[in-house]
Amino acid sequence: MADCGEPDGPGNKDDIARSKNEGKELTKEEKQRLRKQKKQQKKHKERKNEKGPSETEKDETPVSLLPPPPPVATQKAPSALPAPASAPIPVPASAPFHSSPAPSPADKPAKSKAELKAERRARQETDRAAKQPGSSSSGIKTKVPLSELNPVVKRLPEHVQVDDPAVVKRLAKKLERQQIPLRSDYGYKVSLFSHLHQYSRKAPLTQLLSIPSTVIHPSIVRLGLQYSQGIVAGSNARSVALLHAFKQVIRDYTTPPNEELSRDLVNKLKPYISFLNQCRPLSASMGNAIKYIKKEISNIPSQCKEEEAKTKLLKCIDRYIEEKIVLAAKAISKYAIEKISDGDVILVYGCSSLVNHILCEAFEKSRKFRVIVVDSRPRLEGREALRRLVQRGISCTYVLISALSYILPEVSKVFLGAHALLANGYVMSRVGTSQIALVARTFNVPVLVCCETYKFCERVQTDSFVSNELDDPDDLMVTRKGKTQLENWQDVSSLGLLNLVYDVTPPDFVDLVITDLGMIPCTSVPVVLRVKNLDQ
Amino acid sequence: MEASPQLVEYFRTQMRTDPDMASAVAAIRTLLEFLRRDKGETILGLRESLKWATDCLTEVDSSVAVSSGGELFLRFISLTSLEHQDLSRCKKVMEERGELFLEKISLSRTKVAKLCHTFIKDGAKILTHSSSRVVLRVLEKAAAEKKRFTVYVTESQPDTAGKQMADALRRLNVPVTVVLDAAVGYVLEKVDLVIVGAEGVVESGGIINKIGTYQMAVCSKAHNKPFYVVAESFKFVRLYPLNQQDVPDRFKYKADTLRTVSDLSDEHPMIDYTPPSLITLLFTDLGVLTPSAVSDELIKLYL
Repeated sequence: MADCGEPDGPGNKDDIARSKNEGKELTKEEKQRLRKQKKQQKKHKERKNEKGPSETEKDETPVSLLPPPPPVATQKAPSALPAPASAPIPVPASAPFHSSPAPSPADKPAKSKAELKAERRARQETDRAAKQPGSSSSGIKTKVPLSELNPVVKRLPEHVQVDDPAVVKRLAKKLERQQIPLRSDYGYKVSLFSHLHQYSRKAPLTQLLSIPSTVIHPSIVRLGLQYSQGIVAGSNARSVALLHAFKQVIRDYTTPPNEELSRDLVNKLKPYISFLNQCRPLSASMGNAIKYIKKEISNIPSQCKEEEAKTKLLKCIDRYIEEKIVLAAKAISKYAIEKISDGDVILVYGCSSLVNHILCEAFEKSRKFRVIVVDSRPRLEGREALRRLVQRGISCTYVLISALSYILPEVSKVFLGAHALLANGYVMSRVGTSQIALVARTFNVPVLVCCETYKFCERVQTDSFVSNELDDPDDLMVTRKGKTQLENWQDVSSLGLLNLVYDVTPPDFVDLVITDLGMIPCTSVPVVLRVKNLDQ
Repeated sequence: MEASPQLVEYFRTQMRTDPDMASAVAAIRTLLEFLRRDKGETILGLRESLKWATDCLTEVDSSVAVSSGGELFLRFISLTSLEHQDLSRCKKVMEERGELFLEKISLSRTKVAKLCHTFIKDGAKILTHSSSRVVLRVLEKAAAEKKRFTVYVTESQPDTAGKQMADALRRLNVPVTVVLDAAVGYVLEKVDLVIVGAEGVVESGGIINKIGTYQMAVCSKAHNKPFYVVAESFKFVRLYPLNQQDVPDRFKYKADTLRTVSDLSDEHPMIDYTPPSLITLLFTDLGVLTPSAVSDELIKLYL
């Protein structure tokens, strides 16, 4: 990938080596470089004969803009870039660690006007081509892999790096460009998690929006508010709500003149996605859904009429919801019911829509079992699960997670839901799940994870620190008998409240994963991903 | 459809004529013969009758291998679309494929033996469980390679099959000792590796084998001795037991027990399930696999 015609120069070779080592970030750097070149060219045109301080100055701004390359793999750039990159474009020493920028600006006066014109044209070509597959990835954290020119190599989502000021600045710039307000972090963050965002629920992003907001569609604004306030929660619910909001967006969309629907609609969706990301970080399932929509949109043939294209897209979305969520749930319950025998005592944690569905179906098929619902603060989602199961008539017991080892000797099976299944077999789920899996393993109780295939993610993670979500720390405050504990936690300088949302369970603790493709061991997730890629 | 007693008779004859043949191979041969003699009119009817035939055979011999072999046979012959309009031509294609399948699996034991014998070093002490023809073939190959090793075989109650294994090994001039099932822990400190066969390999990478295998696996894990399993690929079955109780009853007991006895809780199961965490490697004709790779192979075979 790095040999895709990168312009030469000692700074670049080091760049390439660095990005090779850290995992290929070429398109972003490439784009950055091209943008810088554009700026350079403009400035150079204005002040052709001036050298010296101005150039060192302009070399510094691009330097600070370049982010430390997060691990992103992409391969779409090479096909677009070889032509312009082969032109002798002078590149400033773009890395902050490298030698002085002096040599490259010295090259510039030697260029003729014609060459400059050619370069500019080539650069425009690149920019347009680079924009096509979706280049909003220049933000910090996009769990959204974008539609690629080469569908085989997947683009891996980047990691959040809030404690890196350069990255924060880039994000701010990007949001400014998209006219989306930047949400500020709240409260003291525990040092291990200082690289993640921590927002307060009392300051939703929508307060900072102007009314009417011209950039963001109202249904997206509503969705963002629902996410940030926790009204819509749970990965299936969030994905379905997202898809419905996008349907509304597509219905209200009109192609502007001289634009193609396939390109313009994708560009319109980018600020929405950034906005939603600011309201609440996107989940893996949402990321996959967005990837699918973008692919469908960009596959619309250009001669297709607008109405036709829109109905086609709406149908695609409906089919996606139907196949990947509704029918998948049916398939999973069919397999799961085989594993539920009479007399079972099943332990569930929190509220997973899929697990609840399975248990209700099993109860309808007259299996005799009882359920133990384990719950934890501060979300107390188990109460919702308890409500749903008791309504059906299933006999339930309710405990908090601290009573887990007390209750486990009674349990015959553990059913867990998942937020995402990672490529190395790790299960990402609500915080507390790995604890349950660990203790169940010690008691030799089989642990079954139920997960639809659309939640399978190409990411690899071995711990819960590197990528997670921090919820509002004020949720940990509890009011009992009129007294609120931890009310003034902000005043205590050495105190930090940590409200984690997800954690990661290793595959050794999971006995079986039930997906719509069948029952597989946890280590076979990459096989399923490979099979799915072959299908698509 | 009325050919049921003929079917069973054919199956039994096959088993009798070649005692070295795996029961699954005999079952597949029977199914092939059934296919040849079938006078059905439609492809769907053919499938139905083949399924019914497989069920008949499982009633005779309730091992996991027969059921998995039957299912794989069915999949193998009908895997690609049969575009021929003529039923008889379709049948011919299916028969040809069936013959091919049979040929492939008859060679599987040799392939396994070729892969596995290199793991038996000179002077090795091997522990094995009950009587397995695949393990016998592996040890034969190792002996033919002029390797010196000693074998401990468990007696394997209730049918004392281990004694047959010991006789066969003595004929190969391999020093063999028969030990009690209860003496597995005692003898494990002396052995270098454990090799067992399998009646079925399940989706998780675990195996279903004669009762006592699980015990042996747990003990070898505790002693840090490698636990190898040798199995042909037609034994891969689409089961996923979570624990011992999750194995279906129709595999646990012998076919006549299932028919005659009403309350199975008094009966002793003939097989047990060994989870994949206790198995070091599986030697199959598809290659040497780790337990997690079994699922990959199964997905390839079945999906």
